[in-house]
Amino acid sequence: MLSIALKMLFGDRGKYLGIITGIALASLIMIQQPGILISILSHTYSFISDINLPDIWVMDPKVKFIEDSKPLLDTQLYQVRGVQGVEWAMPLYKGQQRVRLDNGETVGSIVIGLDDATLIGGPAVMLQGRLADLRLPDSVIVNEDGASGRLAKPAATPGGKSIPLKIGDVLEINDKRATVVGIARGTPTFQSQPILYTTYTRAENYALSERKLLSFILVKAKAGESPEAVARRISRQTGLAAYTAEEFKDKSLEYFLNNTNILVNFGFVVIIGFIVGAAVTGQIFYNFTLDNLRYFGVYKAMGTTDRLLLRMIMLQALIVGFIGFGLGAGICGVFAAATLHSNDLTMHLNWQLLLGSGTAVLLIVVLAALFSIRKVLKLEPAEVFKG
Amino acid sequence: MHHPETLAVYCRGLTKTFGAGEMQVQALRGVDLEVHPGELLMLVGPSGCGKTTLISIIAGILHQDGGECILYGQDLRQFSKNERVVHRGQNVGFVFQLFNLVPTLTVAENTAIPLLINGLKMAEALARAKECLQEIGLKGREDSLPTQLSGGQQQRVAIARALVHNPRLVVCDEPTSALDHQTGRRVLEVLKSLAVSQDRALIIVTHDARIFEFADRIAHMDDGRIVDIKTNNRH
Repeated sequence: MLSIALKMLFGDRGKYLGIITGIALASLIMIQQPGILISILSHTYSFISDINLPDIWVMDPKVKFIEDSKPLLDTQLYQVRGVQGVEWAMPLYKGQQRVRLDNGETVGSIVIGLDDATLIGGPAVMLQGRLADLRLPDSVIVNEDGASGRLAKPAATPGGKSIPLKIGDVLEINDKRATVVGIARGTPTFQSQPILYTTYTRAENYALSERKLLSFILVKAKAGESPEAVARRISRQTGLAAYTAEEFKDKSLEYFLNNTNILVNFGFVVIIGFIVGAAVTGQIFYNFTLDNLRYFGVYKAMGTTDRLLLRMIMLQALIVGFIGFGLGAGICGVFAAATLHSNDLTMHLNWQLLLGSGTAVLLIVVLAALFSIRKVLKLEPAEVFKG
Repeated sequence: MHHPETLAVYCRGLTKTFGAGEMQVQALRGVDLEVHPGELLMLVGPSGCGKTTLISIIAGILHQDGGECILYGQDLRQFSKNERVVHRGQNVGFVFQLFNLVPTLTVAENTAIPLLINGLKMAEALARAKECLQEIGLKGREDSLPTQLSGGQQQRVAIARALVHNPRLVVCDEPTSALDHQTGRRVLEVLKSLAVSQDRALIIVTHDARIFEFADRIAHMDDGRIVDIKTNNRH
């Protein structure tokens, strides 16, 4: 009888496609919107993720997230180096500077100053040039998005495509010359500002107006030492805030979630998607059952137990749920793959998201089925004689 | 008087009331009826006289308020709800006025439904359904959809569906009312030749006087009672 239930479902092509479409759209919204949200949120701590060498980030205790820079004293770098369990500790400058382009426009950019000797904190993937070229005079490395986006040179002809920065191009930072020696790959920041990497000493030169420049101290724990324990030790002995990379990511993310409406806005869309999906699917599925109520009555009269009828309807609901969710998730998968390397809108798919949205779809179809089952179970088999 | 054990259907003092208060309708007012195995009994009478209520109780899809109804020696009131459903699935076949064939299933699949309800695998059920369709003269139409058949052919499919699991009682509700005279007669001929056997009884509710000649006995109902039972003189 279960195969008969499926034939009844697939045979009513209009309703079947309607239910599938409803579930697919609901799934699409419930996967795509959180997927984009996760992608956006991951940009809030992308700078931490991209620098994967240090175990621990040390900063002023009042720093709330990665973009919140409260400079330290240079002497505090030496204090940190003196803490037991620290393998090395390197300075990192992270600040906002105005970059002047060829055409006289200025663009707010993030300048990263790396330890002159080790260049620790530099970009992991170089697309053009070498990280070591930062030791050349006036050199900077620009991130890919910045080079092809806001720092790109204007098009040669009006309406044409802008020309991405390339090695050898010259910029100005606070009236100081900066020569592009490399293009690096990096996750775009939350504000999508260009990122320029240079040495710590040169960063001091670019940021003359700032008295203190040390934004973060990047620390590597000694082998066999737990980064958490070393971080707690640094905090205790120096009075600075010290977090493992994961802890700092969580802290940054938490700040964005608590201080923006982003979660509420995306959550609202997801809830609307769920409600609309449930309403559309439930309505069509219920109508499908009503259309077939006469036949369910015939099956009852012929000796089909309530339990078997329940299984038939639940199977129909689960099948449309499975196919609809598969379609919705598939479309999201294609979207995620297509935007994987995009500089603009991207989407992250993970198993938690699929599990969550799958559970929501399951809830929708089970609810729809329960309404239908209730109608069928209340049906008196003697009704079939009423024509 | 026959012993209930030897009868296909034995009803005594059956009563049934629908609704309550001013809306209360007494559909059966003490029906006594006996149907013998191998017999084709027609229930006739004006609309609303209780014919459909009576066959619903006999078929086990409706509970009586009072009286007893025994089917082949078994009082359905002694069964649990689930046992009654299973008993119905094994022992009763139904033919409906509007055929009630599922439009999205093929003729063979529609016919196989009682076998599937009784737990047979699809392949075996379809094979038996096709044999039954062949007997009823629908060979070659097994894979058609009901909408591709004429009214008479659809009712023959409904008859095949009612008989495929070899039930001991077949109840038919106005089986010819949606058919023209010639088609109705042919359907009754098929029904009579295939359904009536020594260990099976047929009860047909009808208004159609043109098919009375096929009955062994005709029970006249009026106002919730059987007022007259006549044996058909054609024999």
